[in-house]
Amino acid sequence: MPEWKSESLRDAYGQTLVELGDRDPSIVVLDADLSGSTRTALFGKKYPDRFFNVGVMEPTMMTIASGLALGGRTVFASTFAVFAAGQAYNAVRQSVCYNRANVKIVATHGGLLVGGDGGTHQMLEDIALMRSLPGMTVVVPADAPTTRAAVLAIASFDGPAYVRLTRENLPVLTDGQFALGQATQLREGSDLTIVAIGAMLARALGVAETLHQSGIEARVLDFASIKPADEKALLRAARETGAILTMEEHNVLTGLGTLVASAVGTGYPVPLRQVGVPDLFGESGDPWKLLDNYGLSEKHALDEAWALLKVRGKVS
Amino acid sequence: MSGPQESSATPDELSATARQIRQDIIRMTYHAGSGHPGGSLSVTDLVTALVFHELRIDPEHPEWPDRDRLVLSKGHAAPALYSALAHRGFFDPKILRTLRELGSPLQGHVDHRKLPAVEASTGCLGQGIGMAVGMALDARLARRPSRVYAILGDGECQAGLTWEALMAGGHYALDNLVVILDRNGLETDGKTEDLMGIEPIAEKFRAFRYETSEIDGHSFPEILEALHRARSTHGHPTAIVARTVKGKGVSFMENKHAWHGKPPNREEAERALAELGGTL
Repeated sequence: MPEWKSESLRDAYGQTLVELGDRDPSIVVLDADLSGSTRTALFGKKYPDRFFNVGVMEPTMMTIASGLALGGRTVFASTFAVFAAGQAYNAVRQSVCYNRANVKIVATHGGLLVGGDGGTHQMLEDIALMRSLPGMTVVVPADAPTTRAAVLAIASFDGPAYVRLTRENLPVLTDGQFALGQATQLREGSDLTIVAIGAMLARALGVAETLHQSGIEARVLDFASIKPADEKALLRAARETGAILTMEEHNVLTGLGTLVASAVGTGYPVPLRQVGVPDLFGESGDPWKLLDNYGLSEKHALDEAWALLKVRGKVS
Repeated sequence: MSGPQESSATPDELSATARQIRQDIIRMTYHAGSGHPGGSLSVTDLVTALVFHELRIDPEHPEWPDRDRLVLSKGHAAPALYSALAHRGFFDPKILRTLRELGSPLQGHVDHRKLPAVEASTGCLGQGIGMAVGMALDARLARRPSRVYAILGDGECQAGLTWEALMAGGHYALDNLVVILDRNGLETDGKTEDLMGIEPIAEKFRAFRYETSEIDGHSFPEILEALHRARSTHGHPTAIVARTVKGKGVSFMENKHAWHGKPPNREEAERALAELGGTL
């Protein structure tokens, strides 16, 4: 396996915000008392007049963001995922999405990798909540370059968007070639396709490498653009590789796995398995051990891959 | 800049317009077979004063960037705002009778998507004030002269979101923001003070750094005076507690919470319209 260097997605977000601020004097950024953690403080330091740290009022941060945006601005609003998608849900639904306000919600601390703060703060349902809102764009970057590209991409259109970032630094796996509505193929293969997002992408590549050593070639897709989803890439994968494994750090009932199952099931049914967090809340612990304990270990994903390959008749 | 002094609408003219709007509210909710007549009738005079006197808006240029904004946070009072906007020239009053019909721009709660003359889609309570705060911040940042008016219901004052947003308006010292409370004292299930009391409400606004006055929300001289004072208030947002009567103008609807979300039947509508000097 190659040694990847790890980088902070949050740093990439904060730096990209400053870049955008340099470029567009109408951009405004809001935070709810977590600006050091979300890195919006970088923007706030450079552009204090265009930065509003509203304190602990996440739903109202969204309603204020909507009001600012309806005058024609691009507005970024950041906090942790559990507050952005959970606490503020109905404000995001009505004030942002129903009003078609140009508000870009960039949420950090998604998933189990929050670690020590525990299950109350480990948001595992945000993809479901945000993806089900009409008109909402949803992106889950797997590394820092994709984060930068995704932030630039969502800033370039008029309408709401949700980006989920991770607290932990993640390996740099891509060159940041991200486009909305396009899956990125990181590895070619014809025996199986692994579709992964966020922190699971590195583990997907690990599984593919292990399979390669046994003569099995797995295609690996980074599915950062959850909505719009690249259904063509999924159907191509189904047709060309005959089996799909999904990997996500999200409740497995309502995330990437169900998205892929729906697209493939209605378009080109093939055997499919889903690696995700079972229908549970998390708990405190070492972030990476939590992934292993909640069904997201590379070993478990590898077992699922072998199970699929058996169904396909690739192995006995 | 046109100011209130330069407006041509006198209190008597506003009263006549408000009467017309009240008739529309009865006709619209009767035809729709659902809707919120009580809170629409209580807010009518406030909406009339804003739309026909105070707001710098132009039906010929509805998207004029420097216009004033009105956010009806109690979005269920939609019939009152729709009727006012139609009579002010933003759309054909003939459409009013399509309230709540499939395909109509007149949604059950005020809707910016289907009727752009409405500045903000609201309905789920507690969100309109925050949107108004955002609009006022936007105007200040852009150095636009726009003023932002938000009408709040009193049941809505039980929502935590309302106070978050009010806190933000006070913190940012938005003197281009005017919050008007339609204090009719009733909500769906009964009296606000029986369900979850919000008094002393004026003191609460003052504690949140609002220049606050209390007025009779059915007296045009008092409404115009309070709005005029708000224009010369600097360094603080304004709050106007407007004491109103739910169902105002229709004797059998007045002060009856049952008329919060119930339309009149034909006989009731005819009786109501007779009192208001109109017909179905």
